[in-house]
Amino acid sequence: MAGCRIPLVLLACGSFNPITNQHMRLFEVARDHMHSTGKYNVLGGIISPVSDSYGKQGLAPAKHRIAMAKLALQTSDWIRVDEWESQQPDWTETVVTMRHHHNHILQKYRESTTTHNGNITATSNPSVQLKLLCGADFLDSFKTPGLWLDEHIEEVSGRFGLVCVSRGELLPERTVHESDILSRHRQNVFLVTEWVRNETSATEVRRALRRGASVKYLIPDPVLQYIQQHSLYTRDSEKRNEGTLLRPLTKQATNPESSMDD
Amino acid sequence: MDGTAVTKVVLLACGSFNPITNMHLRMFELARDHLEDSGYQVLQGIISPVGDGYKKKGLIEAKHRLEMARLASENSWITVDSWEGLQTDWVETAKVIRRYYNEKIAPEQNNDDVDTVKYGKKRRFEEYYVTSSSSMENRDGTRLMLLCGADVLESFGVPNLWKPEDIEEIVGFFGLVCITRAGSEPLKFIHQSDTLWKHRKNIHIVQEWVTNEISATHVRRALRRGRSVRYLLPDSVLNYIHDHHLYSEDSEQKNAGVVLAPFQRYSDASTS
Repeated sequence: MAGCRIPLVLLACGSFNPITNQHMRLFEVARDHMHSTGKYNVLGGIISPVSDSYGKQGLAPAKHRIAMAKLALQTSDWIRVDEWESQQPDWTETVVTMRHHHNHILQKYRESTTTHNGNITATSNPSVQLKLLCGADFLDSFKTPGLWLDEHIEEVSGRFGLVCVSRGELLPERTVHESDILSRHRQNVFLVTEWVRNETSATEVRRALRRGASVKYLIPDPVLQYIQQHSLYTRDSEKRNEGTLLRPLTKQATNPESSMDD
Repeated sequence: MDGTAVTKVVLLACGSFNPITNMHLRMFELARDHLEDSGYQVLQGIISPVGDGYKKKGLIEAKHRLEMARLASENSWITVDSWEGLQTDWVETAKVIRRYYNEKIAPEQNNDDVDTVKYGKKRRFEEYYVTSSSSMENRDGTRLMLLCGADVLESFGVPNLWKPEDIEEIVGFFGLVCITRAGSEPLKFIHQSDTLWKHRKNIHIVQEWVTNEISATHVRRALRRGRSVRYLLPDSVLNYIHDHHLYSEDSEQKNAGVVLAPFQRYSDASTS
């Protein structure tokens, strides 16, 4: 009964440096899974590339990463790229990005449901949810000291929820098990196995590009053309931010984010 | 081999392509990179889907598989050869390779071949064929190599799947480019086979460091279950599959219980 399903939007945060077919697979696999639970109706997907201030080694300028993601998603009718996070002056905590998008979606959803009925919808209709879509390696990063604040992991997994698509060797079940916070919210941490082992990663794509090896069929053709036109991803570009600490490590060490702005 | 001349290669991939996926296409890219790194010049990539006579379970009609391969390889250096797919009976891989070489590659050689002046006629494959591997080194002209995954290499060991003389011909005269995958040990397999070991210089192993196991089997399974296979194969192929309602539980039952053509042919031969 589609009417009782919880409307859901999936948000993926990350470098997307560059976007690959594997990133887009995450969305497809996650959507299928959430639909198959019988409880959710996936309305849309959002890709939110991180800002340049993240300081990760080899990170290409946001304007390029955004352009490539847009090219990749040209033919998708449900996933879109959002530039908000990349436009913020400093690196933005994932939880802050989630809050921003959730507010935005709630507003949009409220507007569209009132338009249809002419009056405010009945409270029995569930409110739209936003969940973080990620790979097992992202989930694993919760363990890295200084990268995440506990209260943020709490909010991401408790208030919002996670959909984690695994591949390769990493076992997300173990990551959840080994984290008290994630374990407490395990009902809200959806683990999806992608049985097709596909270790395509942006890191491998950049490595191949540096060496002049082909990455065709790992990334969409328009993205490949864009990379060639702009000569992105060379030995030099990989050295960008070399020796710099990741921004989360410096920002969160000295200035802990206060919880719940709204 | 002439130190200054670059050996030209054409890659031929045989298989079910049921359906073609990004993994198949990646094989060509990986093979080309590897060979060019080793000093070869790769001219062309050919996809040759197997004919319906192969009788593999779940094999849908060749006309669809051919069209999907064509859509997938559009605007690339890879093309589809439909001869094998259109044959009624199953054709041995060695014969497919030989036929392609004779019809498409050997004639081109004659343009540079000084012997046409002397002999006044086209040399056929058999005249290029050499029986000992040592003379491989002196063979010139464009090489036609079979492109495959490690699973095909290892299938050489399956009884009654390949004729020994065919294996000898493929690795001895033509050449093999084999893309590894997780769990396979092609070098060990070569070591354990006298035929393969003899022609090991003609077997190019391409290490795929980035595991990519988009198998057609998985794609068919996902389609049967109504799951998305987007980004595992080109959009044009995906659209074709949906437009023609290919790959269902019924289509997977095709040839159920039927003996695979090579087994049928070779066990018939051995019992006759």
